[in-house]
Amino acid sequence: MSDSPVLTQDALEAAHHAHPPYQRHHFETMDQQNDATNFAMWLFLLTEIMFFGGLFTAYLILRNWYYPAFVAASHQLNVYWGSLNTLVLISSSFTMAMGVWCAETRRKSGLVLCLTLTFLLGLVFLGIKTIEYSEKIEKHHVPGFHYSLQSFLNPASDPAAAQYGDKPLALDMARKTELYFFLYFAMTGMHALHMIIGIAILGFMIFRARAGAYTTGHVTFVENFGLYWHFVDIIWIFLFPLLYLISRHQ
Amino acid sequence: MSTTIVTLPDQSTARIPKMNYLSKENGLLSWLLTGDHKRIAILYLISISFFFFIGGALAGLIRLELLTPQSDLMATDTYNKIFSMHGIIMIFFFLVPSVPATLGNFLIPMMLGAKDLALPKVNLLSWYLYIAAGILALYAMITGGVDTGWTFTTPLSTHYVNTNVITTGMAIFIAGFSSIFTGLNFIVTIHKMRAPGMTWFRMPLFVWAHYATSILMVLGTPVLAIALVLVVLERTVGIGVFDPAKGGDPLLFQHLFWFYSHPAVYIMILPGMGVISEVISTFSRKRVFGYTAVAFSSVAIAVFGFFVWAHHMFIMGISNYSVLIFSLLTMLVAVPSAIKIFNWAFTLYKGSITFETPMLYAFGFMGLFTIGGMTGIFLGTSGVDIHLTETYFIVAHFHFVMVGGMLMAFLAGVHFWWPKMTGRMYPEKISQLAALVTFIGFNLTFFPQFILGTLGMPRRYASYPPEFQVLNVFSTAGATILGIGYLLPVLYLTWSLKYGEIAGNNPWQATGLEWQTQSPPLTENFVELPIMDHEAYDYEWLERQKEKEVASVG
Amino acid sequence: MSEQAHHDEHEHHIVSPKVYVVIFLALLALTSLTVGASFIEMGIFNPIIALGIAVIKAVLVVLFFMHVKYSTKLTKLTVGAGVFTFFILIGMTLADYFTRAWGRW
Repeated sequence: MSDSPVLTQDALEAAHHAHPPYQRHHFETMDQQNDATNFAMWLFLLTEIMFFGGLFTAYLILRNWYYPAFVAASHQLNVYWGSLNTLVLISSSFTMAMGVWCAETRRKSGLVLCLTLTFLLGLVFLGIKTIEYSEKIEKHHVPGFHYSLQSFLNPASDPAAAQYGDKPLALDMARKTELYFFLYFAMTGMHALHMIIGIAILGFMIFRARAGAYTTGHVTFVENFGLYWHFVDIIWIFLFPLLYLISRHQ
Repeated sequence: MSTTIVTLPDQSTARIPKMNYLSKENGLLSWLLTGDHKRIAILYLISISFFFFIGGALAGLIRLELLTPQSDLMATDTYNKIFSMHGIIMIFFFLVPSVPATLGNFLIPMMLGAKDLALPKVNLLSWYLYIAAGILALYAMITGGVDTGWTFTTPLSTHYVNTNVITTGMAIFIAGFSSIFTGLNFIVTIHKMRAPGMTWFRMPLFVWAHYATSILMVLGTPVLAIALVLVVLERTVGIGVFDPAKGGDPLLFQHLFWFYSHPAVYIMILPGMGVISEVISTFSRKRVFGYTAVAFSSVAIAVFGFFVWAHHMFIMGISNYSVLIFSLLTMLVAVPSAIKIFNWAFTLYKGSITFETPMLYAFGFMGLFTIGGMTGIFLGTSGVDIHLTETYFIVAHFHFVMVGGMLMAFLAGVHFWWPKMTGRMYPEKISQLAALVTFIGFNLTFFPQFILGTLGMPRRYASYPPEFQVLNVFSTAGATILGIGYLLPVLYLTWSLKYGEIAGNNPWQATGLEWQTQSPPLTENFVELPIMDHEAYDYEWLERQKEKEVASVG
Repeated sequence: MSEQAHHDEHEHHIVSPKVYVVIFLALLALTSLTVGASFIEMGIFNPIIALGIAVIKAVLVVLFFMHVKYSTKLTKLTVGAGVFTFFILIGMTLADYFTRAWGRW
């Protein structure tokens, strides 16, 4: 077991000499504390994988059953907004990674800048998501709330559908678009919820970083938050092709 | 050879240590804001006992109703609510947190030689989530209950019933996160907090069992969470994922639900197996036979647990090929379970066995779990399952595993570590009696249900044909005895808090690190960091320790 | 052995910004690629390419942004366990759905 954290005697002695203020009382060494919190974060991300796993399973099954409905419904999403959002999120992941680097190399102003950029990019992402959601609300594409089949029964009347030359769907298949939109809202909504939580924590971190909290050598919190942020990014990396790019050719 | 291994200090001079985790701070707030894993374990012990007795009372009502063939004690709707709430409370609020959150919480850091779990605040959070979930579930029960059964089967739960499915679903969602946090904490602690010399293969098997349990908790529970979120959304918004009318599939819910809920039965039984390993070894004064095999069998059960869930769905219309595959995979789980039973039996062989209360419960576990496990093979065989599923055979099967297995193990563990937790012994004679009463009551309650099931009595009905009455009367009579068997420990354990004999550090002469410190332990467990310099269950090491002490004191 | 592992864990690997920039650019390029590919008719290969690119992007993020390439075996094992269980859930559920059409034997 090479990951064995078994503490050696000299490591223990070293720990007795230096007790940084951020070391919790029940850990023997600072390394033990960092390893433990980092590992805990990874385990938490495992639960997140499985949490989204249920939705992905539902998506795959229903997409296979009702492929035409999913294609037609996906044409209602604006691929340009979606691509732009992907770029925004990837950029925010990049600034977050740079933030971790700044914290590790003790660059306080760099860290504050990176975190602020990540924060802003997160807000931009949510802003674009709001625009997209409001389009769906206007067109009555929110499942359960006066859902409208107009765009699928008569695609010629809808520029978004006409653009791809969609054929009218049979009523039975058209009704399955509601399932697509439910999955769309559930998956992107769950993702947005994670973003909102992340942005809230980012706000707190910027505040603390300005006070110099993460540039004294104790970077675990920034690192662990980075893991969370990148994980949210990865979810989007999968949501984007699955929801937006099912079939875009005419 | 003496008939008992109990070594208590001289009662006229013995004192409970003045400084311990119970006496360190006083007042309600010092408990509610504590980060100490031992105090959180005690909080959990009190709360799960509370829920156990609510669930038990509901079970009593079920058995009373089934005393007569007609549905006369309560309306059939009420009966549906009673058995649903019995299942929900017993599974999510008792069995899942029972051993891990109480004994596991208390003992894992001590067994590893750590001061606390890796994340004490998360540990406390998990208790608060549990309490919040429990209050929500009780609220749902009082304001009309839920009658879907604990499985929330769609489309029944989404379309046909008008009870508190949403509230209960949310309660279980929250309880799930409580369980995730416990599991996450255990995994981190076991990986990162072990004392010097505590290698993986020196850890007590109790810890191995909890490691396997925690994997299931962390990886399985989120899937239940998302399944319940979807049920709640289906009811509130009508999303259609589980609704055939809108193109969804009710079976998808079954897949997601059982993906968690089958591993959940291993979450419930594995910690119990950990307890039994400790107890059997201690009271036969032998190292557990095939330590490595028992350790890996826990992990194997956890891994196989993820591959067998669809055996709950054989009659629900899943594909025949899936039935075949899942039926075969189900048989695999029997292998590690059998390894455990055989190895415990070999541990007993030529051991110096004594019959203290925890050992009696452990014997009960071995017998009843074996029956429960073997009948599981019947049910995993797809052909036999079609005849037996949804009958009382199923009810008897999982009660043999859960009550005869896990509850026996839980009581074995509570008795075994009671001296460590409180510093006092429970009264031996009456507790032996309680163990016996429980065993007799249990068999009388649930064995007739196997026969009822093979005769074809369906589960989840308030009434039944009159020819089944004799066996049902037996079962109800047994439930009464069982009830007494469970009430007795509450009474005498409470009594022993004040009047029990002083236990001393190591009344059982057991080898775990938790026994090498004072009882009740200090807040941070050990005066100085322990160093593990011997294998687990090394009784000769313990003898040498004692000789050394005598030599140095003398 | 344990001492060796202990020291390895202590050496906190700081990933240089150069790596981050390269990965960032790669992610941007792959995003354009996947959007472009979706506009071309490739039949069965459309979803395969879309998911393939998504997997590559995710692996890049996990390995470099999340530092798994430089992490302990334990972290790698944890990631592996998550992916494995995820595939069990999806794979064995889908196996049921696909074989339903085969009917009885």
